[in-house]
Amino acid sequence: MTQASCHGGPEWRDPVPDRPQLVLAGNPNVGKTTLFNALTGSSAKVSNYPGITVEAACGELTLPGGRVADLRDLPGTYSINARSAEEQIALDALVGTGGAPTPDAVIVCLDATQVARSAYLLLQCQELGARCVVALTMVDEAGASAPAARALAAVLDCEVVAVTARTRAGLDDLRAAVDRALRAERRAIWHWRPQPALRARIDAVSEALPTSWRSATRYGAAVAGADDALALWALTCIEPLTGSADDDELVVPDTLRAAVVAEPAPRDDEAVLARWTWLDREIPPLVSRPPDRKLTQRIDHVLLHRTGGFGVFIAVMSVLFMSLFWWASPAIDAIDGLFKWCGAQLQGVLGDGIFADFLVQGVIGGVGAVMVFLPQILLLFLFLGFLEDCGYLARVAYLMDRIMRSMNLHGRAFVPMLSGFACAVPAVMATRTMERRRDRILTMMVVPLMTCSARLPVYTLVIGALIPGSRWVQGLIMVAMYLFSVVTALIAAWVMSRTVKPLKGKRLPFVIELPPYRWPRLGGVIRMMWGKSSMFLREAGTVILACSIALWALLYFPRHMPDGAPDYDAMAEHAPTEDARASLLAEKQAVQLANSYGGRLGHAIEPAIKPLGFDWKIGVGIVGAFAAREVFVSTLGIVYAVGSDADSRSEPLRQALRDAKDSRGQHSYTPLVGISLMVFFALACQCMSTLAVVRRETRSLRWPLFLFGYMTVLAWITSFVVYQGGRLLGFS
Amino acid sequence: MASLAETPLGRIVAVAAVEGPRAFRRRLLEMGLVPGTSVRIVTVAPLGDPLRIEVRGGQWSIRRAEAAQIQVAPR
Repeated sequence: MTQASCHGGPEWRDPVPDRPQLVLAGNPNVGKTTLFNALTGSSAKVSNYPGITVEAACGELTLPGGRVADLRDLPGTYSINARSAEEQIALDALVGTGGAPTPDAVIVCLDATQVARSAYLLLQCQELGARCVVALTMVDEAGASAPAARALAAVLDCEVVAVTARTRAGLDDLRAAVDRALRAERRAIWHWRPQPALRARIDAVSEALPTSWRSATRYGAAVAGADDALALWALTCIEPLTGSADDDELVVPDTLRAAVVAEPAPRDDEAVLARWTWLDREIPPLVSRPPDRKLTQRIDHVLLHRTGGFGVFIAVMSVLFMSLFWWASPAIDAIDGLFKWCGAQLQGVLGDGIFADFLVQGVIGGVGAVMVFLPQILLLFLFLGFLEDCGYLARVAYLMDRIMRSMNLHGRAFVPMLSGFACAVPAVMATRTMERRRDRILTMMVVPLMTCSARLPVYTLVIGALIPGSRWVQGLIMVAMYLFSVVTALIAAWVMSRTVKPLKGKRLPFVIELPPYRWPRLGGVIRMMWGKSSMFLREAGTVILACSIALWALLYFPRHMPDGAPDYDAMAEHAPTEDARASLLAEKQAVQLANSYGGRLGHAIEPAIKPLGFDWKIGVGIVGAFAAREVFVSTLGIVYAVGSDADSRSEPLRQALRDAKDSRGQHSYTPLVGISLMVFFALACQCMSTLAVVRRETRSLRWPLFLFGYMTVLAWITSFVVYQGGRLLGFS
Repeated sequence: MASLAETPLGRIVAVAAVEGPRAFRRRLLEMGLVPGTSVRIVTVAPLGDPLRIEVRGGQWSIRRAEAAQIQVAPR
């Protein structure tokens, strides 16, 4: 891992010299992000931690006297035991290991309605020797039950500032408290004392701490107790028998691992229990009465009701789905139309020629291909932002867990899977609402199997052209394709969670907090929509653009006609009618496409797709469809010389498919080929945008390659079975 | 001793012990489910699982199989 700081792009860069490094830690749902936004204002940037799918927000915080500090928002965690990527990051950022800069001070959010629970994390930070300042959040919600900041500070032995991010109350006091903490001497505060047996183990393991982990290195001077905290952390997180950590990817030096394994005595839960004993003794006297939760109880009475709750759930999810599916389409069409119009204008100015075609079809077409995703991304995150903020998203997980769990998916995977029916790109981005990386990646791996809206034109064309029978039969086949996609996605999740090592479920409790209902904050939601969209454009969009230009070139070059081809231009000039001229030019386009690199690729893969019932023309269509599945239709339109503007309902194209004959005079496309083709499209990952966004979300090439590989193999095998099996059974 | 999963809806009981694999147990303990803590099942999800429990003034969704690892005693 490289040096961590907040500036610039997605990867860490060196911290600005002399700038104090601050981190903001806290449990999920304690208003941490709202506080972060209030403290850093417009300077915040969201990026990824290197190598993993955890988001890092960074911003600048101005201290009294105008001094600027870097503030980093840590993932919300209940403790720092490094059982997940999130907790590992929190630990690294708090301690200054793993390449992260050592923080000069730590702001810990304490929920005024849940003081004891949120203070557990604070105790861990204090033991590690961090200079802690407590920001007491949710004070307005706690009302009279909020503890007095002064009394809390005396008990916790660190400064406590009550803040209300919405009204900005207490922010200046918090800045001043941070400023004081920065000048204070470091000390590790332990509110409990290990028993002699644990003490001895801590001493033995702290001997084995690598130099870079020692407080003398990290803090510049040895801090009594700070090294003990890291030793205790190692003792709690490393499996005593095997030496393996609770999270496979946990970075632990080998010497430390060995020292832990060498400690013979079985360790108990002493540290956890001791912290809680202290909290249960000290905190309750400060909290006069429990916070008022009547409103949340009343809402939950309806929303989590056995029958009524499902009704509301279905209504909310329907609105979400409809908005992605229907409401986004005018905006998508408008963007599409705008780019087509721009292209036409530019073509008018530049005329014909390779450069003009490159600009119009390659660049402008490619930018358009990126921008069409924006309406759905914005809408989905508008919904997700509101649902998450108000607390309903956690309830969705609660309601859906029984179903999702049977496939080893997280309850929160429901919304991304549902969004997958509209488009896999925003759906993959929506996996962010799950805390654990394993859950996110598993969901990302199956979301592209859902029948997205780009598959519809392909199905409509194939069903319309090749499946005989009434509208009822055709409609039923469409429904069957949807069911097929849901079933395969769920089965794929089940199989992968049992076979693919990084996706195997850890035996961690599936405990989701159901936070009290709160009013969503429009500002925060808009901020997130903006952040997600700009990140998509910056990181996935550039890849999609590059790929679409490459695909354009693949289907465009070489420009010369193959030997022996008739001179279509000359013939078109002498064409008797306008229709004849158009069909001659369409034929020229078809010959050119067949001769292009993409066309040759279609020919080249023919032996591989022949067993599925596909000829090289379908092969060209499959190559073209990599830009987006619906491009299959227009590519076939060109191949069959009915024009590139053919759509899925175009009768000439349907007729051309029905009439197509192979070299032996047989029909190229039978109903069985149609079913095989639809099955292939249902299962193959024919979508560079999905791959680009998975690469961006997982920060690796491995996962998109795995996704592409397994889906292609699955598609090939299933189509093979469908086609060859169908033939054996006597279908054609 | 009974487990939390067998506790009738709404009855307040005290955590006696948390069982199960190390990482699992420690996670629940760190969330505050330490012995002596009061806990009750508020509702069961419409499909019979998970359970909605109340601990220390906060509410959590926990699977039945996990609740079965939490031994409880009458309060």
